Amino acid sequence: MRRTTVPALLTCALALSSCSLVGTGDDEAADRSTGDGTTEAGGPVVLVTHDSFSLPKKLIRAFEAETGYELELRANGDAGSMTSQLVLNVDNPLGDVAFGVDNTFAGRALEAGVFAPYRGEWPDGVEEYALPGDDEGVLTPVDNGDVCVNVDTAWFDEEGLEPPQTLEDLTDPAYEDLFVTSGATTSSPGFAFLLATIAAYGDEWPSYWEDLLDNGAKVVPGWEDAYFVDFTAGGGGARPIVLSYDSSPAFTTTDDGEDTTTAALLDTCFEQVEYVGVLAGAENPAGAQAVVDWMLTPEVQAALPDSMYVFPVADGAGLPEAWAEFAPRPEEPLAVDAAEIDENRDAWLTEWQDIVSR
Amino acid sequence: MAAARTTGGGSTAGRLAGLAGLAALPAVVLGIFFVLPVSGMVARGLVDDGALDLAGVLEVLGRPRTGRVLWFTVWSSAVATTVAVALGLPAAYALYRLRWPGRRVVRACLLVPFVLPTVVVGVAFRQLLGEAGPLGFLGLDGTARAILAGLVFFNVAVVIRGVGAAWESLDARPGEAAAALGASPGHVFRTVTWPQLRPAVVSSASVVFLFCATAFGVVLTLGGLRYASVETEIYLLTVQRLDLQAAAALSIVQLLAVTALLLLAARLRAVPDPTVARRSVPPRRPRRTDVVPLAVTGLLLAFVALPVAALVTGSLQPDGPDGGWSLEAYRALDGRGTAPGQGGTALVVPVTEALVTSLRTAVDATWMALLLGGLLALLLTRRSRSRTERRVRSVLDGLFMLPLGVSAVTLGFGFLITLDEPPLDLRDSPLLIPLAQALVALPLVVRTLVPVLGGVDDRLRQAAQSLGAGPVRTLVTVDLPVAWRPLLAAGGFAFAVSLGEFGATSFLARPDDPTLPVVIFRLIGRPGPLNDEMAMAASVVLAGTTALVMLLVERLRVPSVGAL
Repeated sequence: MRRTTVPALLTCALALSSCSLVGTGDDEAADRSTGDGTTEAGGPVVLVTHDSFSLPKKLIRAFEAETGYELELRANGDAGSMTSQLVLNVDNPLGDVAFGVDNTFAGRALEAGVFAPYRGEWPDGVEEYALPGDDEGVLTPVDNGDVCVNVDTAWFDEEGLEPPQTLEDLTDPAYEDLFVTSGATTSSPGFAFLLATIAAYGDEWPSYWEDLLDNGAKVVPGWEDAYFVDFTAGGGGARPIVLSYDSSPAFTTTDDGEDTTTAALLDTCFEQVEYVGVLAGAENPAGAQAVVDWMLTPEVQAALPDSMYVFPVADGAGLPEAWAEFAPRPEEPLAVDAAEIDENRDAWLTEWQDIVSR
Repeated sequence: MAAARTTGGGSTAGRLAGLAGLAALPAVVLGIFFVLPVSGMVARGLVDDGALDLAGVLEVLGRPRTGRVLWFTVWSSAVATTVAVALGLPAAYALYRLRWPGRRVVRACLLVPFVLPTVVVGVAFRQLLGEAGPLGFLGLDGTARAILAGLVFFNVAVVIRGVGAAWESLDARPGEAAAALGASPGHVFRTVTWPQLRPAVVSSASVVFLFCATAFGVVLTLGGLRYASVETEIYLLTVQRLDLQAAAALSIVQLLAVTALLLLAARLRAVPDPTVARRSVPPRRPRRTDVVPLAVTGLLLAFVALPVAALVTGSLQPDGPDGGWSLEAYRALDGRGTAPGQGGTALVVPVTEALVTSLRTAVDATWMALLLGGLLALLLTRRSRSRTERRVRSVLDGLFMLPLGVSAVTLGFGFLITLDEPPLDLRDSPLLIPLAQALVALPLVVRTLVPVLGGVDDRLRQAAQSLGAGPVRTLVTVDLPVAWRPLLAAGGFAFAVSLGEFGATSFLARPDDPTLPVVIFRLIGRPGPLNDEMAMAASVVLAGTTALVMLLVERLRVPSVGAL
């Protein structure tokens, strides 16, 4: 018995150990701990971000080669989850610099004192995205995008129906049972859409939502549920009006690339801006500042649309062809003040939840 | 028992020290990676301005919404567990006791749902059940029934494998003797098989219940916004609202409920004499009376295959159901999600690379789970010689099940706020992810091994020892032969858990080195011409890999097993 078992076990153990993680990552951890406490140029700099963060590895290597820093990424769930974690760990920050706090969560981060002041050289165009109310100058805008209601124009053409234009139109019986949105409590675009209605209707927003639901609007948990399941142009669903982004029409081009089959309703848009900032109490503040500056370089700004589906904030960063052609931006998107969002988030979400689950 | 209690005090102390030695490693791991983070997170919620604020907790518990959430969680988990056991038992019989062509493949296939990312399966389910889907006429979209179906889909494999592993080596002769004496098959099952199987069934059922009670993606995706479980509510309170007090209140309730459940399970599991005669039984050909279990297995296979088939077709039809068939989405998997003419990079790493990361992580998680689980199972199944000893064992038994019953959000956030200072500054450690996954897999390992090891007649060990065998030799010659197959089953399970784990991993994964489920989640979360299809294609790859690994594990056999 032992004669066969022992060699079999050994073979297994050897085969498995060759593909284990043990021993491969430890070196990195060791490097990091030796770099602790040093503030001279070089060494590791930890970038805390959300799970949709993505930039070409080429760019990251170029940054490391140029500055001598070693960029370590750490993701912590979605933007909301990341912000909550930054707030909870404010006394012992998760890293040196954080990217991905957006204007819907910025109030919470500012209130808790998560970030330290830093402002580098801002290229033209960045200033207009600066967070109103950020008096200390802790957050640097990196990218932006609008959450807008999208329509399947091909569907409307076929039906011979005029597509809706405004938020008000969505409550028109002509569009009964045609709209699907993701929920404000469960998805970031869903919350942005709630804010859009609050910006448009002020204190009257609950009655707008009641009308919306009375008109057969469907609320699903995630953006992917709405777009890929229920939207006619996304996955063969039954509803031609969906909540998505202003960049989405760039992804529904016809086969010849001459036209797009969907459109964003530019009067329904809420602007989301994502920021980067040096964390208060960072171990490597100089490295953190280098990362902030790097995010505004032409190379990173130009890579944003393809990597993270967002628009750059710097002027002249250049856009992919389909974006430039098929993704027009709203002139004046709807907006709600970050401090006001922070103050009322709970009350708004509770009330919204009540209305939707009624 | 009376005789046992009269054993000398010195030897009892010695045995207790031995017990403690075996328990040391698992206990330290559990203490650092579970007790510390969870209590840290709960304490954050309970302590307000340096003072314990219990009134706030009571206020949260008094809210009508809290009551609804609790009731829905208990109700849905109980129903889903019952259905999973009802379907899983006959299937375990058909797959582990009967010999028919293709049973190995079916076994491997039935485990596939267990690793599929809920978010993608949710989308696949909803494309079937939604307003415009082929099954839309059933009106199941966004109903509690859809949630139940989802929970059963994901968890029935736990019952099949857990019970199957115990059933496989059950001696058939007593049952055959009963049958020869005129007992009907039902009677044989009730009086002979069931008593021997009960510990394994209760074990599996309690694990399934815990999985259901902490399900996150299924409840959200399939139930829409109308239903909330404790798990989704804790996420909402922690992440969206940062209302730690309410989240802590719910976490405490969760812990208490899980503890109560485990106590109940321990009571139901306990049989007067756990000793079960085991030998390697060659599975026999199906007879006419086996029609029902075989039919249930067929049904189950169809039920599991439906959403998987939807995934496969979805991944092969990049232009929607009306467009043609193409492998475009699969080709894009290694090219980082290129969009035609746009040069987009939806993926940070090619899916192949993410798959390698997943597999390597799974290897680590598996050996950790087997090491810890093996130690625990040994510890739990040694015959107790005193009441204290027995009590210590049952407390340990329950303690290691707890991680399954606690919210991944609480644990994930807890990791970050408690493991942040030397000597426990582990936020960066590459071993954190496999360890978190191993903790999730640990109860499965323990619950698979304990019924089998507990069934070994202690006299065999005593005999080995009196013949001069040391503890290790006894282990190798007495325990290992019977535990070998369940150990493989448990290892396969741990591997699968790790491959599919998303909740804890998403909090801890490095964005530049993501696992496959994390990549899939990112693909489906954003617009892109092929993203939906690529997410499905990547899920198919994950499912295929899992099935393949399971098949290989089943092939691993030791020729002399059973040569007792």
